[in-house]
Amino acid sequence: MYESLLVVSNKYSLVMGFAVIGLTMWLSYWVSGRFTKGRVHGSAIAIMLGLFLAYLGGVFTGGEKGIVDLPLLSGIGILGGSMLRDFAIVATGFGVDIDELKRAGKAGVIALFMGIFSSFIAGVSIALAFGYTDAVSLTTIGAGAVTYIVGPVTGAAIGASSEVMALSIAAGLVKSILVMILTPFVAPYIGLNNSRSAVIFGGLMGTSSGVAAGLAATDPKLVPYGCLTAAFYTALGCLLGPSLLFILMRGMFA
Amino acid sequence: MIIYGVALLSVCTLTGIAIGQMLGKLIGVPANVGGVGIAMILLILAGTYLKKRDLLNIKTEQGVEFWSAIYIPIVVAMAAKQNVMGALTGGPMAITAGIFAVVCGFLLVPVLSRIGNDESSETTKAVSVETPSTTTSSSVR
Repeated sequence: MYESLLVVSNKYSLVMGFAVIGLTMWLSYWVSGRFTKGRVHGSAIAIMLGLFLAYLGGVFTGGEKGIVDLPLLSGIGILGGSMLRDFAIVATGFGVDIDELKRAGKAGVIALFMGIFSSFIAGVSIALAFGYTDAVSLTTIGAGAVTYIVGPVTGAAIGASSEVMALSIAAGLVKSILVMILTPFVAPYIGLNNSRSAVIFGGLMGTSSGVAAGLAATDPKLVPYGCLTAAFYTALGCLLGPSLLFILMRGMFA
Repeated sequence: MIIYGVALLSVCTLTGIAIGQMLGKLIGVPANVGGVGIAMILLILAGTYLKKRDLLNIKTEQGVEFWSAIYIPIVVAMAAKQNVMGALTGGPMAITAGIFAVVCGFLLVPVLSRIGNDESSETTKAVSVETPSTTTSSSVR
């Protein structure tokens, strides 16, 4: 029985993904309407449910890819993989107003730099508080707080230990997941309700998966604006991490 | 035909990601430099151009809009493949660092939004924008 199911889900993995995610969406919107009267957006619940499934996947398989590590559900990995994710993000750009984008452009660029610096400083100060004092570890952990890609890229470039690299990845993961969960709840308090603040938000947070999911759960109309700036964040972080930021840290903690 | 829209989206995505990859190589960064962003700008430009020339019909647009609408389910699938275990077992330092970075980001959104607003209300933007932006970024540093 399980064997034959596995054959089907292997051969039709993407179709399986559509079915499971469709069911998750339906359940989430039902919960949203029935128990929160629509106050908590259905997609916010769906994303939290997705993260919970990912947690269960990690607990049961010990793997790193959440629920995708269960062979039966590997198709979710294709659906949520970087290829289709980027394809769909680009598609959301179709409804973007060029003039609004131009108006927010400069603020978006400032947000990118401030986002990287503020996350980096946040990461470094926590690392300091936990007793790290060498420039290499501090830079790597700070870079991890930028995103979980910038952390290991920076760490590898400046020769951090694998233990510190793992910590930096974990810090980045926490950031990304928190942005996914918290954004819809924080949005009203920080004025995240128009295209300009979405551009700024994307630049400040930067973690593309976090921004993509956080804005989707807040207001789908904001998604393209935030994702557009966030698209440049990781690259800028990878550029600044092993260079300017490391040199600054080495100057202070040599 | 719907496939025209899907193809337009594909060409823009591939071109943007390819440019991002090459930029990364040029700058020497092991990452894609804004590929998705470049692709989005290409799609926006192509879309406006084709609309102006009246070359986009409803079917073609539907080819793009389907993918834009399937975006949220894709994000849910993406959430389901995150390494949540890794984040939770990363230890107190990693968790605090992540939390602190997010709090800083959230707090800065209203601060920077104000700069953006100044910019749009001012006609002589070049001078007026430079001052607040440089002061805020240096104070954060």
